[in-house]
Amino acid sequence: MKNGSKLKNEFKKVFRMVVVTVIIVAVFSLLLGYLLINPKFFDNENHSPKGAVETILEKDGDEYVKIENGIHVATGFVDAPGMQETIQNCTNCHSSKLVIQNRMTKERWKTTIKWMQETQNLWDLGKNEDIIIDYLVTNYPPKEKGRRENLTNIEWYQLKD
Amino acid sequence: MNRRKFIERTTLATITGLIGTEIVYGLKIPRGYAPLALQDPDPFKLFGKDKEMVVLNDKPWNMEAQAHLLNDKVTPSSKMFIRNNGLIPEEIDTDSWTLTINGESVQKEKSYTLKELKSKFNTHTYQLTLECGGNGRSEFNPPAKGNQWTIGAVSCAEWTGVRLRDVLEDAGIKDDAVYIGYHAADIHLSRNPEKEPISRGAPMAKALQDETLIAFKMNGQDIPLAHGYPLRLVAGGWPASVSGKWLTEISIRNKVHDGPKMGGTSYRVPCETVAPGEKVADEDMCIIESMPVKSLITSPKTGAILKKGQKLQIKGHAWAGELEVTKMEYSIDFGSTWQSCTLEKPVNRLAWQHFSAEVSFPKKGYYEIWARATDSRGKSQPMLLPGWNPKGYLNNACHRIAVKLT
Repeated sequence: MKNGSKLKNEFKKVFRMVVVTVIIVAVFSLLLGYLLINPKFFDNENHSPKGAVETILEKDGDEYVKIENGIHVATGFVDAPGMQETIQNCTNCHSSKLVIQNRMTKERWKTTIKWMQETQNLWDLGKNEDIIIDYLVTNYPPKEKGRRENLTNIEWYQLKD
Repeated sequence: MNRRKFIERTTLATITGLIGTEIVYGLKIPRGYAPLALQDPDPFKLFGKDKEMVVLNDKPWNMEAQAHLLNDKVTPSSKMFIRNNGLIPEEIDTDSWTLTINGESVQKEKSYTLKELKSKFNTHTYQLTLECGGNGRSEFNPPAKGNQWTIGAVSCAEWTGVRLRDVLEDAGIKDDAVYIGYHAADIHLSRNPEKEPISRGAPMAKALQDETLIAFKMNGQDIPLAHGYPLRLVAGGWPASVSGKWLTEISIRNKVHDGPKMGGTSYRVPCETVAPGEKVADEDMCIIESMPVKSLITSPKTGAILKKGQKLQIKGHAWAGELEVTKMEYSIDFGSTWQSCTLEKPVNRLAWQHFSAEVSFPKKGYYEIWARATDSRGKSQPMLLPGWNPKGYLNNACHRIAVKLT
């Protein structure tokens, strides 16, 4: 009886060790896998302490997945197919605001991406390039403005003498 | 002062400069703790900007004014646009800050501390107009890439510093000098320390002008952090990107400076005009130099409703790059007729000029007041968009405000 429970304890110990080992291996392979996809993951953490002025708008946790009225709250992007790829590849270096305020055709986005790759350290987007460009031209299409637009969004107010 | 205290005080000085007010008991702040003011995600508080300023971009920071915010004769920091290409430097130690003059065409490379710059050379003060080359970009059709500035990327502050010419001559300029290029402490968006976000410059003729300053004060105060603290090159009348912030080096070059944003479509326009949307080869692009003639109605704010018979005082500023504005007019009938405004002379070369007029309206209805400036060479602002260019620079089309008479 005594031997039996000892054996049971030993077995439990071994079992726990196996479980812990499996978890550790799994975590490391996931991390390694992620590093293969995004080799820049550690760059920011290790080599560049960020200053207060430039990090204050970073969001985390729940704040990061919230969608309101079809808009991704943290970035302001329209929630549509391709948004995740756009966030992951386009907002590491610059604000989503820079993307949203621009209106370009497929061809001009391609040129812009090429310029960012040549001069701004943007990585090869692979199959995500088409997904991102489709997302942008679908949700942020160029608008015909003519040679001069009407004045809009005028807030009228009574002017005192 | 022991070394540790020294470090604490310099960091504190940086923080104090950023917030714009003294931190009481500042020396007791633990190291590595960011004061609440800096943790505040509100860029208006962070940079001391007016609530009505418009944020175009937060990484990097880009912010513009609206026309009615620019009514002051001298633009205060709270209403000055921010155009950053990279990230604001994170550690600024003014005691160890140096400006180095180097390059192929310097006689002897030389470095100056801030103290040396201030004591060795005469100090000069000028009001200088700085306008972003891309101000007005949002109106171009087909749209141009970049921050979509409307009308607010312009300012005229009072800058104090030493003449770039005096410093360059102190180091010695070789006969083959063609251009100067600046280098600065801002950080590339990719955070790659090998890369510079921007390094532009100007031909020697511009570098040697009286008004081209290495400035350390703006409106009588230390230059605010977002505007280049502690040292900024200021070259009024040219695209504001020539006025490098957080200045650390000036290279005297024996060729046109080739730093980032000197080539391609950056701050360059087609040498010959092109049709909207046309592709332009690199070799057919020319660097923007003097900015074109332009004006803004800064009072009243657009949208004023007046009673029939009520007269309207309008005010604003006009500028013309290297030139002077010689004529200022307004129209209330979409350009059919033009009336002249009272126009002041500039306080100094390259400062914007102030105009005013009293406008009366013949009957009730919707009006637009259009403003048109003419420079000393007879060039006026167009009512329509000027020549299209790939990056949407140099939009100097007439500014207008809406008015209703009821």
